[in-house]
Amino acid sequence: MDLSERYRNAGVLGAAGKMGSGIALLLAQEMGMRKLNPAARGQRFKLTLMDVNDEALDGLRGYLRAQLVRFAEKSTVALRQHYADRSDLVENSEIIDAFIEDTLDLARFTTDLGSLAGCHIVFEAIAENIDLKVKIYTQLREMCSPETFFFTNTSSIPIRLIDERAGLGGRLVGFHFYNPPAVQKLLELISAPQTRADLVVDAKQIAADLGKKVIPAHDVAGFIGNGHFMRDALHGIAETEALAGTHGFSGAVYMVNRVSQDWLIRPMGIFQLIDYVGVDVCQCILRVMNQFIKGEQLHSSLIDQMMERGVRGGQRADGSQKDGFLRYEKGAITGVYDLAKGEYQAVDPTWSAPLDQALGKLPAEHQPWKGLSREKDKDAKLKAYFAALAGTDTLGAKLALRYLKRSKEIGQHLVKSGVAATPEDVNGVLLNGFYHLYGPINEYVQSEVRA
Amino acid sequence: MRLRKKVYVAAGHYTVSMGTGRKEFDPRKPRPGLEHYIQEAGRGVLAQIPDPTVVDECVISNFMAARFNRQGNLAALMPTIHPSLEYKPSTRVEGACGSGGLGVLTGMKSVLADLSDVVLVLGVEVQNTVKAIYGADILAGAGHYASQRKSGHAYFFPAFFSDRAGAAFQKYGKEKVRQAMTQWFVNAVEAARRCPQAQEYHNATVDLYALGNTPPSPQAFVDNLNVFDCSKVSDGAAALLVLSEDGLKKTGIAKKDAVEIVGWGTSVADITKLPEDPTTLATSRAAVQKAYAMAGIRPKDLAFAEVHDCFSITGILMTEATGICAPGEGYDLVNSGGTKPEGVMPSNLSGGLIGYGHYTGGTGIRQTIDNWRQLTGKAGDFQLKVAANRPYGLVISMGGNDKTVSAFVLRGAA
Repeated sequence: MDLSERYRNAGVLGAAGKMGSGIALLLAQEMGMRKLNPAARGQRFKLTLMDVNDEALDGLRGYLRAQLVRFAEKSTVALRQHYADRSDLVENSEIIDAFIEDTLDLARFTTDLGSLAGCHIVFEAIAENIDLKVKIYTQLREMCSPETFFFTNTSSIPIRLIDERAGLGGRLVGFHFYNPPAVQKLLELISAPQTRADLVVDAKQIAADLGKKVIPAHDVAGFIGNGHFMRDALHGIAETEALAGTHGFSGAVYMVNRVSQDWLIRPMGIFQLIDYVGVDVCQCILRVMNQFIKGEQLHSSLIDQMMERGVRGGQRADGSQKDGFLRYEKGAITGVYDLAKGEYQAVDPTWSAPLDQALGKLPAEHQPWKGLSREKDKDAKLKAYFAALAGTDTLGAKLALRYLKRSKEIGQHLVKSGVAATPEDVNGVLLNGFYHLYGPINEYVQSEVRA
Repeated sequence: MRLRKKVYVAAGHYTVSMGTGRKEFDPRKPRPGLEHYIQEAGRGVLAQIPDPTVVDECVISNFMAARFNRQGNLAALMPTIHPSLEYKPSTRVEGACGSGGLGVLTGMKSVLADLSDVVLVLGVEVQNTVKAIYGADILAGAGHYASQRKSGHAYFFPAFFSDRAGAAFQKYGKEKVRQAMTQWFVNAVEAARRCPQAQEYHNATVDLYALGNTPPSPQAFVDNLNVFDCSKVSDGAAALLVLSEDGLKKTGIAKKDAVEIVGWGTSVADITKLPEDPTTLATSRAAVQKAYAMAGIRPKDLAFAEVHDCFSITGILMTEATGICAPGEGYDLVNSGGTKPEGVMPSNLSGGLIGYGHYTGGTGIRQTIDNWRQLTGKAGDFQLKVAANRPYGLVISMGGNDKTVSAFVLRGAA
């Protein structure tokens, strides 16, 4: 079956979730445009969007409509050409509305798994739980055609195991979108040894059609993205636990978050990133990685304790950040969780000033992430900054240099262990998926880290 | 033809041109509507005369309030400026982006016909009510909707002028033409930085040339223009008084504070047709020549010009339409700094439609006010020294794709 045929009947499983809704949107956009192609005239397109919850599906419909408006407004130059033979559609507004209606008409919203039976391609974005995935894929195998291809949005579970246990015979590929899928350009593509070659070819083409930059990752739990992120987070947590004796738990979280954002010039500190992904999701990913990767302790009792307290992070339906290690008001950090008291310590100057003082001043060459990301000559500016950092004798600099060293070790480990084919692939994931301004495998920090 | 009596312009007032570029503009927040701008500009005029009740009639210029604001019958909004305007004559005029010029002309005609001595002429447009992609639909009304809209581009008017730029690339060489278009943008922003009401007043970009030279993006916009080649989407209003000799007396306005319209010309061209030569603005040229003939002047007698630069390419073609240079020479004129304040033909000294802004229905009136300001020494930071041997200013107010044009030659009344 060729890919254009596959596109005519696609499905998304877990379509109303954070990742699934973005995947549904990308497919709707692509299929909506394909439907307008003169070669597709008279053909039927169907996008089955399945989730377990009716209310969430209502939300999905609203999300798709709102996002399709934006997409159509940006694509009007092309859409006018596609609708050139519709004499009833004259104004941009009429053409935009027609595209939105025509595209929403492709979508079938359903809570019935059986509705996916006729799909030629199925994208799955359900919870990160191997037993659940295997159960669902077993059902899908039984109901779908033996030619149906499956794309799992797992960020950690080995593809080989799901395929084997569900008996998919190489019809499953790992298709790891980054959050939010409609915006983030990166896609990790993971094939298992048994994955069919024609599926890999189609998967690459679909990724390109959806506007994604593909980085291949080997089928090792966590792949490249979480392979780096989880170990990087565990390093941050270990540094936090070491600092907690002197500065208290909340103080240590605050300091390590600041160092990993400001000193490392990253878009978010490590605890903000954990909150963004979700403490629950991080716990889940760590469990999966720990289960399949031997010889390493990929576990954090701190994450478990947070979960026991019901502190989960993640985002609300409107995209706003829920409280986790940190408390947020309109996106700004206003508090840090106090593990002993079970409440948030307010981040006010009287509390944070001594912690900032303990970290010391940033080198004069420092530029915040946002400003630096707009600079043309980032490399020279980063070189100058890291050189200055290496010559700075403050606690902040020491923590940052240890962090950089550890991040580099993790990156090199991912290459050495074959998870990533090249250092460029590791750096590519961090640059494109995490918006770092430099890859972990770099030559910025040469000198030995002081004790 | 000569004017049978003297016609004056005075007491001009224009609002900030509101839209992207202004620090106070936030598209997510509710914004003032038509009445706000009408009242601000109208009251700004009336505040300059001791007795507002002497106004005999009103003219209001507007292009598309019926669609941007779902409001028609604009003539009846004029009494919201001042209670004394209730029950007085008021007329709405429309000629697309040239509506403002037609408003001044309508005021003049009333004075020339001895129907009024004091006419309050106001132009307004509030366009930020819709996104640009939908605004393009509304503005497309300045072309021939029935024959051109369906086959036209998503960005209907930018595409017309993109085609003109493309024709100029072919005829005169892309490098020179593109350079002149970019230079026109640079001049517009530099001028706008001297006018606090200008939409680009806050523009602090260091390398304006690099910005203006951004490559066009045909997939998202049009083939030969970038967004910096375009005039702004603006909310605002401008108003002035058109007066007879008696009108000056009734309002107590001294001649040193007024300018005289010494020549006008107006021309239309068939809206259903595309221009024969896209590298010239033939209708604008015809209107300007009529205005010169009436005033008895030549282009070199002008101290400056306020031309309709809805796009950078239009601004350059306008320099040719003024006759200050021959067809095809406008690019070199602009590239050599000839339209800057110190050049041979200082143009658009408050930034023009690209730098000051373009609230479409009000632009011709804003241009006339800037002439009045220059010629009466009221132009603030963008004041020129007007030489005694070149005492004239020019306004060209254009609607559509060079379809409805009025031109005025003005000089100090004192």
